[in-house]
Amino acid sequence: MLRVGRLGSALGACILAAAALVPAAMAADREVRVYNWSDYIDPEVLTDFTKETGIKVIYDVFDSNEVVETKLLAGGSGYDIVVPTGPFLARQISAGVFQKLDKSKLPNLKNTWPLINERTALYDPGNDYSINYMWGTTGIGYNEDKIKERMADAPVNSWDLIFKPEIVSKFKDCGIFLLDAPDDIIPIALLYLGLNPNSKDPADLEKAGELLQKIRPNIQKFHSSEFINALANGDICIAVGYSGDILQARTRATEAKNGVKVGYKIPKEGAQMWFDQMAIPADAKHVAEAHEFLNYMLKPEVIAKASNYVNYANGNLASQQFINKEILEDTSIFPDDETLKRLFVKDPYDAKTQRAVTRIWTKVVTGQ
Amino acid sequence: MRRWYLISIPYIWLVVFFLVPFLIVLKISFSQTAMAIPPYIPVLDLSRGIDGLKDFFSHLSFDNYRFIFSDSLYINAYISSVKIAAIATFLTLLVAYPVAYGMARAPKEWQPTLVMLVILPFWTSFLIRVYAWIGILKKEGLLNLLLMNLGLISEPLTIMNTTTAVYIGIVYSYLPFMILPLYASLEKINPSLLEAAADLGSPPIRSFWQVTFPLSLPGIIAGCFLVFIPAVGEFVIPDLLGGSETLMIGKTLWTEFFSNRDWPVSSAVAVILLLVLVIPIVLFQRSQQTQREAGA
Repeated sequence: MLRVGRLGSALGACILAAAALVPAAMAADREVRVYNWSDYIDPEVLTDFTKETGIKVIYDVFDSNEVVETKLLAGGSGYDIVVPTGPFLARQISAGVFQKLDKSKLPNLKNTWPLINERTALYDPGNDYSINYMWGTTGIGYNEDKIKERMADAPVNSWDLIFKPEIVSKFKDCGIFLLDAPDDIIPIALLYLGLNPNSKDPADLEKAGELLQKIRPNIQKFHSSEFINALANGDICIAVGYSGDILQARTRATEAKNGVKVGYKIPKEGAQMWFDQMAIPADAKHVAEAHEFLNYMLKPEVIAKASNYVNYANGNLASQQFINKEILEDTSIFPDDETLKRLFVKDPYDAKTQRAVTRIWTKVVTGQ
Repeated sequence: MRRWYLISIPYIWLVVFFLVPFLIVLKISFSQTAMAIPPYIPVLDLSRGIDGLKDFFSHLSFDNYRFIFSDSLYINAYISSVKIAAIATFLTLLVAYPVAYGMARAPKEWQPTLVMLVILPFWTSFLIRVYAWIGILKKEGLLNLLLMNLGLISEPLTIMNTTTAVYIGIVYSYLPFMILPLYASLEKINPSLLEAAADLGSPPIRSFWQVTFPLSLPGIIAGCFLVFIPAVGEFVIPDLLGGSETLMIGKTLWTEFFSNRDWPVSSAVAVILLLVLVIPIVLFQRSQQTQREAGA
């Protein structure tokens, strides 16, 4: 599950990571070390926080949940706040990676959105360990003109576009990317087959694998971040990816004025809803500062600023009055109630199922 | 005594940066995966003394190795990596030999500049250079644009995201590692040997195969090893340029380590990779050495 992996941010991450490794020479200075997804915050939010509290923010970025998890499980990551996605968070909580939040230090928790809290409780019962940062969906991004050229009535609002061989084959020459993330794609295949997207039954998973193998010849690449550039440059027709990333491709194409029109749809059959959750590692050195940071991020106007910048919905109900109208009214970012009902939440796989899923995925991707 | 110090430095280096990490990997490869910090058991607990040690050894098992051999995926990944690396090494040799030959034959005063030019690409990050190939090879990339404008092709070629792109990436990235040892051995060849061959009536092509080529063999072997060994475990190039069907052990390791979070199995994959790669190479070099000594 790689996301928004771009060279610039990767290099930036290296520099920041190096900075993070420098031992705290000035212990008197208060600081907080935050580890978040790349291109996922308005930098002003961080400078404002430092201005207000005097706490220095050392901000480091990653582009895959797997890398975060490996660092956390190795121990001594040095971070005070990390932002993993739901199923990863759940597993990490069970491994004892995180500490419980001290809710008495987080008065702004009152601003959170009960609907989102209810769904994130699946990963973090009682939301004792984490706070939602942003959430989104995994759907279909497409190049409007290139799709129309090849099929005037293409079902862009349905998974048929990907899973019906006679439809998907029409776009083969134009380029189709899928996320290289079995945890995202296999549940979609299960859903399309009318099975439980959370099924852990090996027979069901096998069926999902077979469905994917059937359409495999039409897929140009499995990758979790390249589709942003590829869509924005008009190199490909279709990408199954994360909502915010596809909207980012749309923004980039508009900025580049290259005539590429990128669309995003949550298919009518349903889609996965995912949550990136802020949590404090058990071995964090700046626990008090981390709580201050979280409480700051829970301020409606602050988190709204972040949402306005990254085009993702957040889990803060009170912030909606500060969110730009075109974002708040965009149903691909804030789905309407009808769509919300069709979104499903994926629970974490146990080690055995994870291995089976990864194995099926490798078979799909490499033909081995 | 001073000599002993000097000799010991490379050994200490090897022990600290190769042997110790390898032993740690070996130890993990006999463990079992667990959801904990660190994500495997058993963990060596020396504070419990001998009991801790006993406990540790009694929990080790060969299960991970058995598992790797029971699933054809790993064997296929090894074979396909070795195949891709071997073909890429051969292609690199084909490109590098004329370059090195030209450098060795160039006027003496040019040679340092030419060597500099070979090393020059290293001044730019490897990652950026591989990224640049995406711009060249993609469908609307520079290469297709050039070929279409020249009228050589009417449809853009699909090179990006295929194994061909991986070959191009490896040949490009590792070319200096092949050129430099080749140049070093070609440059040492005494030109009077070729003059002697010509005087005895040998045509240039025959002189090349009978004089130059055998004398450059040590350079060829060194260059091939320098390219082949890292290419087998290459991850960045197949990840960025390759298609999804490009199966290489580096990617398999990544999946095992990050997606399955199975440190023990990924350690076992790495240990086997080392065994299949290093042991034949060491044996080969031994035999080469004995041959050379016998010849001398």
